[in-house]
This record gives sequence, C-alpha cells and structure tokens, in this order.
Amino acid sequence: MSEPIEEFRGRARAWLNQNMPPLSPAAWDRRAEGRRAVERDLQRRVWDGGFAGICFPAEYGGLGLAPEYQDVFSDESAPYDMPFTFNLPTFSILAATLVDFGTHEQKLRHLPAILKGDELWVQFLSEPSGGSDLAGCLTRADRDGDVFVLNGSKIWSSGAAESDYAMCLARTNWDVPKHRGLTIFILKIHQPGVKVEQIRQVDGSMEFCQEFFDDVVVPVTDVVGEIDDGWTVATRLLTHERSAVGGHSKYISGRSIGHDPSNDDDNTIVQLVRDLGLEQDRHARQLVAEAQVRQMVSRALIDRVSRGIAAGAASPASGAILKLFLATGVMRRTEIGLDIAGEVAAAWPVQEPHTPGQIMSEMSLWRQGISLGGGSNEIQRNIISERVLGMPREYAADREIPYRDVKRTGG
Amino acid sequence: MTPLLDDRVACAAVELDLTEDQAFFAQTTRKFLAAECSITAVRALESSDDGFDRDYWRRGCELGWTSMLVSEADGGGSLSDHGILDLVLVAEEMGAAVAPGPLVPVSVVASTISAHGSPAQKRTWLPGLLSGELIAAWVSGDGAIVEAGAQADVFLVTVDGEQRIVAAADATISPLVGLDLVRRFARVEISADAGEPIGGDGERELQIAVALQSAETCGAMQRIFDVTLEYMADRYSFGRPLSSYQALKHRVADNKMHLEASHAIATAAARAIAEDAPDANEVVSAAKSYIGAIATELIQDCVQLHGGIGVTWEHDLHLYLRRATVNRATYGTPTEHRERIAATIVGAA
Repeated sequence: MSEPIEEFRGRARAWLNQNMPPLSPAAWDRRAEGRRAVERDLQRRVWDGGFAGICFPAEYGGLGLAPEYQDVFSDESAPYDMPFTFNLPTFSILAATLVDFGTHEQKLRHLPAILKGDELWVQFLSEPSGGSDLAGCLTRADRDGDVFVLNGSKIWSSGAAESDYAMCLARTNWDVPKHRGLTIFILKIHQPGVKVEQIRQVDGSMEFCQEFFDDVVVPVTDVVGEIDDGWTVATRLLTHERSAVGGHSKYISGRSIGHDPSNDDDNTIVQLVRDLGLEQDRHARQLVAEAQVRQMVSRALIDRVSRGIAAGAASPASGAILKLFLATGVMRRTEIGLDIAGEVAAAWPVQEPHTPGQIMSEMSLWRQGISLGGGSNEIQRNIISERVLGMPREYAADREIPYRDVKRTGG
Repeated sequence: MTPLLDDRVACAAVELDLTEDQAFFAQTTRKFLAAECSITAVRALESSDDGFDRDYWRRGCELGWTSMLVSEADGGGSLSDHGILDLVLVAEEMGAAVAPGPLVPVSVVASTISAHGSPAQKRTWLPGLLSGELIAAWVSGDGAIVEAGAQADVFLVTVDGEQRIVAAADATISPLVGLDLVRRFARVEISADAGEPIGGDGERELQIAVALQSAETCGAMQRIFDVTLEYMADRYSFGRPLSSYQALKHRVADNKMHLEASHAIATAAARAIAEDAPDANEVVSAAKSYIGAIATELIQDCVQLHGGIGVTWEHDLHLYLRRATVNRATYGTPTEHRERIAATIVGAA
C-alpha cells in the first residue's frame, strides 16, 4: 500500500525546504560551465533524501510509485534548484530504455548509479552521414569472441563531453536489410579509442559533440536487447524521446525552467511587453495573448494525448503530435518575441546582459534546434501520417536488400 | 456522391474518458441525428423560416438536450455532476452532423433562469424550454446579431453586466439572412426598461456559449478531417492514391495536430467551467481564439485537398465551412477573446 499522496506531498515539501537551494538565475543557464557538477551533487541530495527515481522500479533503486507521486513532487520542487539536466536524456530516454530492455545485471549496475547522480547518459544515434535516416547507420561493431570492436563516428550528442555513458547504435550485420543488422550497446564514453570533440552552436554554446571510435572494445554483456535487433530498442528509445520532449514522461522530475521557448511557464514575452511599456499597444496585446493561448493549448494537448496513450485510445506514436506542436510553437513564439522586441533585439547595453531583448533574439537564433533534434518536424509528420493515421508509407529504395548493397552519399 | 453522414465514421468524442452514461447519451444523440437530420434533410431546411423543425427540436429535448444545465429542482438534470460536460457531447454531435437547432441560446438562457430566476420566471419559461415548446435567445450588447432571435419566445438581455428577461412581444425583431444554411439570426431591439431583472452578469453565459460552440466546431472539424482522409485514400492521380504523396501527408499531419489541439482545449474549457476554475474565463477565451481561427483554416485546407469538387454547392463541405465560419464570428471573435486574455496578463486596455 503506497503512502497517501497528501502525506507524500507534505513530506516532500518539508524535505525540499530543508535540503534544496532556492532557484536562482544561475540555474537558468543549463549549458553554463560547471553546471553539470552542481547537478550531480543536487541529484545525490535527492537520492539521499529518498526522492530519486519516483517512477523507477524499486528493485533498481527507484521508488516504484505511480506518476501522480512524481507530479506532486515536481509541483512541490518548483521553487528550488533541481538536477534538471538529468531529466533529459538520462532519466526519460536512456534509463527508461534500460528499464524496458536491459538485463537484470545491466539494470543493477547502472540504474542505482544514475539515480545517485553518478552517471549521466547520452545517446549516440545520429551520424555525420545522415540524421533522419537513423537505421542507415554506418558505425560498425565487429564481433571478436566475447567482445565487439567499434569503429565509426556519431554526432549531435548533446553534453557527451561531460557525460559518462551512451547508448550507441552500430551495424553488426551488413548482409541483411538495414533495420535487421543493428545493435544497441552500452558504451563508456571516456575510454581508450573514443575521442570527443565539441561543436560550437549558433548561439555560441558548446553543447553538441562529435565522437570518433577507433577500435573501441565493448563486451558482449553490454549489448542492450538482442544482437541484430537494435532497431526494436532504438524505436522504443525514440518513443521515450518523443514522450520526454513532448512533455509527458513519468521519469522527469521537476519542472522545466528558465528562458526556454519550449517551456510552458516561460514569461519572457510578457516581461518584454512590460519592459518596453507596450501594455496598451493593441498589436502587442494580441501577440502576448496569442503566445499565452499556445501555452494553454499545449498543456491541454499534453494532457489529452498522455491520457489517450495511457488508456490505449490513442496510438503510442501520437507522441509525435506533441513534439510537432511544441516545435512549431517555438517557431511562432520566437517570431512573436522578435515582433514585440523591435530594435532591442538587435543590440543591448554592455552593462546589462540578459535583457529580454537579448534573450529573445538569441532564442530565435536557436529556435530550429527543437524542430531538428529528437526527430525533425518532417519525421514527426511522417510518423503522424503513417503510424497514427495509417496513410501509405514513403517509398524507400533501401528496403529488403542487404545493407552492403544500399547506395550511400558519395558512394 | 457519398453522403458525409453515415455509420462508418465514428465521431471522436471531445472527452476521451466518458462514463458509460455519457457514452450512451452521445450515441443516442448521434443515432437520433443520423435518423432525423441527414445532410439531405439539413439542405431541405435552407428555405424554411426557422431553420429547424419544431417537432425535431421537441424530440431532441426529450433526449435531454435542454435539461443538462437546469437543476433537478427546476425539472432538469444532468448525467454527470456537471451538466456542461454532458452537453458538450450533444454540441459535438450536432457539429459532426451540421445539425439545426438553437442549442446554444436555449442552453444559455435556461441555465440563467434556473440559476438566478424568480419562482415566477422559472414557472413561466422553464417547462416550455425544457420540453422544446418554447425557444429562447440571448441578446448580448446591442442585439445586432442574435442567434434564433426571430424564433425566440423569450430573451435574456445582457447589457454592461446587468441582465433582464424580456418576452418576445416586447421586442422589435428583424430577421437577417445568415451564412449558415440552417442557423438563423435576427436584429433584436429592446427598450432599456422592458422585462424584469434577473441575476448573473453575462460572464457565465459567455463561457457556456463559447464552450458549446467550441465543441460543435470540433465535431465539424473532426467529420471533415475524417471524410478528407477517406477521400484521399480512395482518389487516385498519376496512378497512386492522393494519400501516398508526402507533400499532402505532411499537411494532413499538421491538420491532425491542430484537430487534437482543438479537442484538447475545448475539453479544457468545458472542464474549467464545470470546476468553476479561477481561470475559467481565460481557458474559455483560449479555446475560442484557437479553435475559432484554426477551424476555418483546417476546413479550407480540406476543401483544397478535395480539389474542384470542394468548391461546389453539390458537395457537403461548404455546409461545414459555413458553420465553422459563423461560429468563428459569433460570441466574440478570436481577436476579441485574445483581448480578454491580454487584459488578464498585462491589464485592461
């Protein structure tokens, strides 16, 4: 019998108040240097307090409680600095996939370590040769007795330089059609043969990474799921990703914060209207209300689709609807922000960084990020039309032929 | 030509998790509408004065259409604890069928009389509104465009937050020509001292009108979306079904997203009213500004996906487009509802 939810709420509130630091503007920049070390410590506190992994299985260090408990904890944690970085992708995508497909030993080794704040995870899926065509993966893993030897390269892995483990998709069989020769591996990032390079993004930050593998040795016991059946695992991983990015993962702890255009609670636009004294401007009033409407619709849509999927009334692929709504919403919100900001989006005083004008314009530079990462909008539209609505699938020239015979870029 | 209204296309209810009673109620209404107002029957009403058959309306009332927002003590009663959650199911079914009938104005006025009316006002008007013998209309503001104004026996008049109940005999009524084939509007002039005062300030009335209208528009959008999806699978050009073209699939995907978003905010609006949520006005206005604008765009895109047949009188698409356009324009435009939201965020204009 679980603890009554209101008792849980009271206990969480008291504990948070005693143990977690208040939310400060410093926490808003999750890409800041040193932020990950802070978050590891914060996650350790949550673990020590007995509130880590609320929806993860108790057998592997979690609490094994229903999503309502996570919601309550997240609500109560809103005023505090929390280990937000762990939510995405570690908890909601990679740990979630490990829960689904990991062996007992893999889960014992990694899930408690993740929940203690010792392990940050990333995904090694996209490659320089192509992002949307994930199953067209060229990184190879060749079997040699009890180990596989990895060679190749991965890209767009956010935060890999400061993380510990990855789930890596590699080709283990070139003689079968592309989806049937892939395997997912647990890969220690910082080890001989793995080189991690950081990539500077359009807003100046250094979140993205590219990795190069040169004869990296991985034990067979680090295969997730079955050998050559990695696509099944990858598909589930992507479903978790859509859920997480779309906003309805039960593994996410705490609420999104800061100047994040995909955050329903972000009030940069309202602040901009106030700062510029546009409260009585008819055009600005319409725009600020439109942004607010989108946020309200977004919350209602997340609720509808989550409940629909949980009840079996909607296809699990419906998560793509949330992802697309979020990504197209970010485009519209940054457009609204730029429109309201006017010329303060172009330049700002030296002594006053982080003006809403600067935040808005830098956000708009980066706005396509969410339309590209986690499955591009175009991929989401394919998923909605084909898997949710049952429309005919796109023609693919690489189906039903051995992958070694498939035509590739430059080849 | 395939008629739009048939048994094959199940109407997706606004609410995903209905009680058994609610599901049965929605299904009964759907069957009744399928039997009583086929698209052919709706088209035949175009030239009628009222836009709906009085006997059809009385029988709809027997199913409970006008009871849901009236208390049991006053002779009404709902299925769930919140009549609005039951009534949006009727509104959605009516949208799916582009059905006739003054559901919004009668619901608004009956609800106000039940909530605020004197015993005499209740005795005079409620039995007739519940049975369908009497029709009511809501005059908000200047009365320039009043739904069912020429059919009404009684008016609820809301001016500057003050409300009155006025018999039709005390009003000057000029019927208008409307865009919807079966929804009638009139200009209604009422002198300031006519009728008797009644409680309420028009806010709850607007919430109910917009929630019902939003559900109705969702029903219309859902039907047209389903019909278009089916048409695209059946229709071939260049040797392939239209539904196999990625350029078209991506547009359908966007439409599906907007459709689900519309259902979601329509449900949120009905719930906010049911729960008397502090932000109910805001949620209702969000529903109107979102659905009002997206519905006409979505249905117009379905017209485009149909090709030339979509802009003919013969095809039924325009009946739905007319309904969505009228719903966009009445009970506050999307722009007016955005202004209401702006007032809550950055203060009154």
